Amino acid sequence: MSENTNSTTAVADVIPGQRDADSAPLLQVRDLKKHFPIKGGFPIRRTVGAVKAVDGVSFDVHPGEALGLVGESGCGKSTTGRLLTRLYEPTEGTVTYNGQDISHLNRRQLAPIRSEIQMIFQDPYASLNPRQTVGSIISGPMEINGINPPGGREARVRELLEIVGLNPEHYNRFPHEFSGGQRQRIGVARAVALEPKLIIADEPVSALDVSIQAQVINLLQKVQREMGIAFVFIAHDLAIVRHFSQRIAVMYLGKVVEIADRESLYTRPRHPYTHALMSAVPNADIDAEKKERIRLEGDVPSPISPPSGCRFRTRCWKAQDKCATEEPPLVQISGSNEGHLTACHFPEEPTTVDRGEDIVLDPALAALEESGENA
Amino acid sequence: MLLEVRDLQVEFRTREGVAKAVNGVNYTVDEGETLAVLGESGSGKSVTAQAIMGILDMPPGKIAGGEIVFQGKDLLKLKEEERRKVRGAKMAMIFQDALSSLNPVLSVGAQIGELFTVHQGMSRKDARTKAVELMDRVRIPAAQERVGQYPHQFSGGMRQRIMIAMALALEPDLIIADEPTTALDVTVQAQVMDLLAELQRELGMGLILITHDLGVVADVADRIAVMYAGRIVETAPVHEIYKRPAHPYTKGLLESIPRLDQKGQELYAIKGLPPNLMHIPPGCAFNPRCPMAQDVCRTDVPPLYEVSPTRRSACHFWKETLDAGQ
Repeated sequence: MSENTNSTTAVADVIPGQRDADSAPLLQVRDLKKHFPIKGGFPIRRTVGAVKAVDGVSFDVHPGEALGLVGESGCGKSTTGRLLTRLYEPTEGTVTYNGQDISHLNRRQLAPIRSEIQMIFQDPYASLNPRQTVGSIISGPMEINGINPPGGREARVRELLEIVGLNPEHYNRFPHEFSGGQRQRIGVARAVALEPKLIIADEPVSALDVSIQAQVINLLQKVQREMGIAFVFIAHDLAIVRHFSQRIAVMYLGKVVEIADRESLYTRPRHPYTHALMSAVPNADIDAEKKERIRLEGDVPSPISPPSGCRFRTRCWKAQDKCATEEPPLVQISGSNEGHLTACHFPEEPTTVDRGEDIVLDPALAALEESGENA
Repeated sequence: MLLEVRDLQVEFRTREGVAKAVNGVNYTVDEGETLAVLGESGSGKSVTAQAIMGILDMPPGKIAGGEIVFQGKDLLKLKEEERRKVRGAKMAMIFQDALSSLNPVLSVGAQIGELFTVHQGMSRKDARTKAVELMDRVRIPAAQERVGQYPHQFSGGMRQRIMIAMALALEPDLIIADEPTTALDVTVQAQVMDLLAELQRELGMGLILITHDLGVVADVADRIAVMYAGRIVETAPVHEIYKRPAHPYTKGLLESIPRLDQKGQELYAIKGLPPNLMHIPPGCAFNPRCPMAQDVCRTDVPPLYEVSPTRRSACHFWKETLDAGQ
């Protein structure tokens, strides 16, 4: 058929297993917190509270690895991404890059690290300067860092355009002359221009059409494979995260509730939220066995005053008194694979086999169904 | 037959030229049926819906031809006054972005109730009671207390429920939902889709569900119409289309979804970009991106071939596509 289907080469799953033995983590995040102050009051504006966007997050990223960060809107995944690139300064906790603590470095101290950690943003319309040509957008990072590649910057930009699948002749065009997918390719070219070691990709394909998403995912995968760049891949689309990342962290209300390698997480989710999240994803595969559908009630609580104990307890169907008083630690619980950490007092059985019927978590729905039976 | 769209054509006049957003769309919806209209941005799926509802901005939009027959009447021949009676009462629409579709300075109760005061001449007090009933029906907790609240006091999922309540208010025969869950999180998306499907069954309405998400429609739709560059390229019952697509575009879309059972492999990607609507390629609009394109595809526009009594495909090589899918 087309050349695309023939070239389906598997990405080497090199990471799990040997990772811990012979490579030090590229990025170490420990108990990271970011609280945004809420100002209020009159006449003197005082801090009256804080939005606890990220509230104690820990994980490692190893060289060349892709770590997926998933969660619903407001769970703090994008804030985490911005903390890793030091676009924000953490309130508490540390971000260690290559053995160096970068959590509170100033602008000048950060300069050498900036070229090694790059970011790809969600909105390709807002993240490119409309008044700059593609050439100057992509050569910008080289200019700032005083890098003069052999053959000159222009030649390097043309090469990069070629790598990301754009016509090198379009060097002098402006962003508005490109479609959304092409703009995201420009964003990728800019991110890889300095051959970084780590790229934070914040929802890189969410704004794109379905037929274009696959093109950009393939491009990112090619870049990751060929240049050995580690990725933190932030997305809400579980299918895409699973496709792209070897290891996945699930976030809920500013905390990581479960982290595991892809296989373990998707086949044996232990945290009720992970389970619910997966069962909520509509499946385009009509032949797939009807999964148990877990319908969560309500919305994510406010991060200004998160629930005590386990933050998921207000929507959890397994919650007991203990969940309100004690915060569950993120640990490997019995029955889980090596490296599969879960923060839950009453974890799910390590399987996704059908439970027979739907769990209905919406109290209104349950009441309705009951009254329907009585009538 | 509740609704029949016949050879609908919509153009937009712009400074650069005429953009043909819809180029001869045909589809039908029966009572109680759910038709999913699938397509990417610019495929004309929303413009078709706006033409049916009669909320197209004209100018710059212009209906260049075709008929929209709703309950036996051609809507395009009705006067604006008569049209207005149909809109809201007989057919209603749910939009993607509930926050910008609701009036921020009116309480939700007033906005739901307005339908009753305007269309049925109900008193304000009665309308408010009806609003509470409807909010209950779409499962908004504590409806009685929340009826006086404003849109910003509700979460995204709750706002979308209010939109659904407004659409249902006058018990229309047809509901058009334009990407009703695109702006919502997955767990909330499931809640809203379930609710919509349930109410539709309960009230026996026809439902046109416009979406770009192949997964969302698999659960709820009876039939699917796939649009590309202002045309329908394939229609089929939902189960058949997922198993054996009869158009290369549909096939490409289905293959480009990351499946849960394959990971790390390169995804199938449809090459190229959707066409510019001012310069739609001659012949089949999909031909520059199609892996099966032959000379005939570059010259002749494929008609909607009959694949089976319930299926149509606008591809010269639908047989080959169908066989390749096995």
